[in-house]
Amino acid sequence: MIEIQNVSTSFDSPNGRFTAVDDVSLHIKRGTIQGIIGFSGAGKSTLLRNINLLERPTSGRVLVDGVDLLTLSDAELRTKRHDIGMIFQHFNLLNNLTAQENVELSLKFAGVGKAERRRRAAETLEIVDLSDKAGAYPAKLSGGQKQRVAIARALATEPKVLLCDEPTSAVDPRTTASVLQYLADVNAEFGITIVVVTHEMNVIKAIAENVAVMEEGRVVEQFDLSELQRPGFHPATQSGRYLISDEIQLDRSAHATAASEGLLNV
Amino acid sequence: MFDRILEVLPEIGVAMGQTLTMLLVAIPLAVLLGTPLGVLLYTIGPNGLKHRPKLHRILDGLVNLIRSFPFLILLIAIIPVTRFIVGTTIGTAAVIVPLTINAIPYFARFVEQNLSQLGGGVVEAARSMGASRSQIVRDVLIVEAKPGLVSSITIMTVSFISYSAMAGLVGGGGIGDFAIRYGYYRYETPLMITAIVLMILLVTLVQLGGSYIARRLDKRL
Repeated sequence: MIEIQNVSTSFDSPNGRFTAVDDVSLHIKRGTIQGIIGFSGAGKSTLLRNINLLERPTSGRVLVDGVDLLTLSDAELRTKRHDIGMIFQHFNLLNNLTAQENVELSLKFAGVGKAERRRRAAETLEIVDLSDKAGAYPAKLSGGQKQRVAIARALATEPKVLLCDEPTSAVDPRTTASVLQYLADVNAEFGITIVVVTHEMNVIKAIAENVAVMEEGRVVEQFDLSELQRPGFHPATQSGRYLISDEIQLDRSAHATAASEGLLNV
Repeated sequence: MFDRILEVLPEIGVAMGQTLTMLLVAIPLAVLLGTPLGVLLYTIGPNGLKHRPKLHRILDGLVNLIRSFPFLILLIAIIPVTRFIVGTTIGTAAVIVPLTINAIPYFARFVEQNLSQLGGGVVEAARSMGASRSQIVRDVLIVEAKPGLVSSITIMTVSFISYSAMAGLVGGGGIGDFAIRYGYYRYETPLMITAIVLMILLVTLVQLGGSYIARRLDKRL
């Protein structure tokens, strides 16, 4: 479904050229949920934005449903984006539009007529159980509800792919479970291929079938989540092990603490 | 004192009418023409949807140039332009031209500022939904900036009530000019105070109305 081939993405910054994504290849099967995990700055959000070309790769190829996105014209790319929904850490809803109007927006951009927009937006809000909040403005919604409106907005155009950029990083643990449940449901019900970028391993464990671990712009390892059940399985990289362990690890020796605070010359 | 005020009451009425005419022509024109200019400044600016460094520098400089003129000097400096546009260089119509020319870049700056304060999140979301640049401007940026734009129109209107007082220089009239002519040149303090009270009322009404509309449009709270 999604074929990322030798993709690199670099930016020119005041400190020189910075490579956010470094020669990544990834194959994501139709109807699966792919996790991408890594620490801040590992390049996972940039890689996600490479899939719908919000960020154009410097080199490599991105194929979605067999179409090489980098060969498309601007207009063709915009059309293709109606097939690729996206949700964000901070929801990115329009504050001055109601839940219903926010959902209608993606349909409007897709060229859907007014009456049809209203009908389909209402339908999609029902999928995320927010029909009763259709007339509410985002300020009146909880974080979880806002993310569900964002999910509805992304689903309204009936995309084949849903890209999720840290979808649960701004909500509390219980809301995280509810948001992930809706994502799992739409995957099961509509067969939508989902890509979830996160730094939270419990999110990956809960929802993904396969995970790619990123470090300094590269995918350093990739494994199926079912592997975790296999006795004797250990991630090959330190990032992988740390993320899997799901625990915050501190070095308790005073020397290390003082050094990290810059109090000691070491 | 009151007799005197009553005596010139018709003239006060005419002056108020002239002030309102200036505002009702110049402000809508500034919004109509300043909005696209402001959108363009934002769009081709460093954080815009389509950065055009050279064109941005030219437009940015032009806006600064016009905004640098003290209004009194602009009023006189563009007399040939005024003659070309309205066919006269005196009277209320002649003041509207420099007022509008001053107000367009003034409002364009407000638009640019309001748009750049919105943050990239909604724009990124719109791009991911396959929106074109014009759709992003119309259906996302303007929608989110609307309460801020109404506040900006309010501030601009209040400023231009003050600018319109200089209209007397080219015989443009208006309530500010009335205060200067009767109060300052003829030492008729009660008439000056009357005119000033009227201006305070006008400013208060504009500010209250503007704040009310902005609050009604703002759904962030």
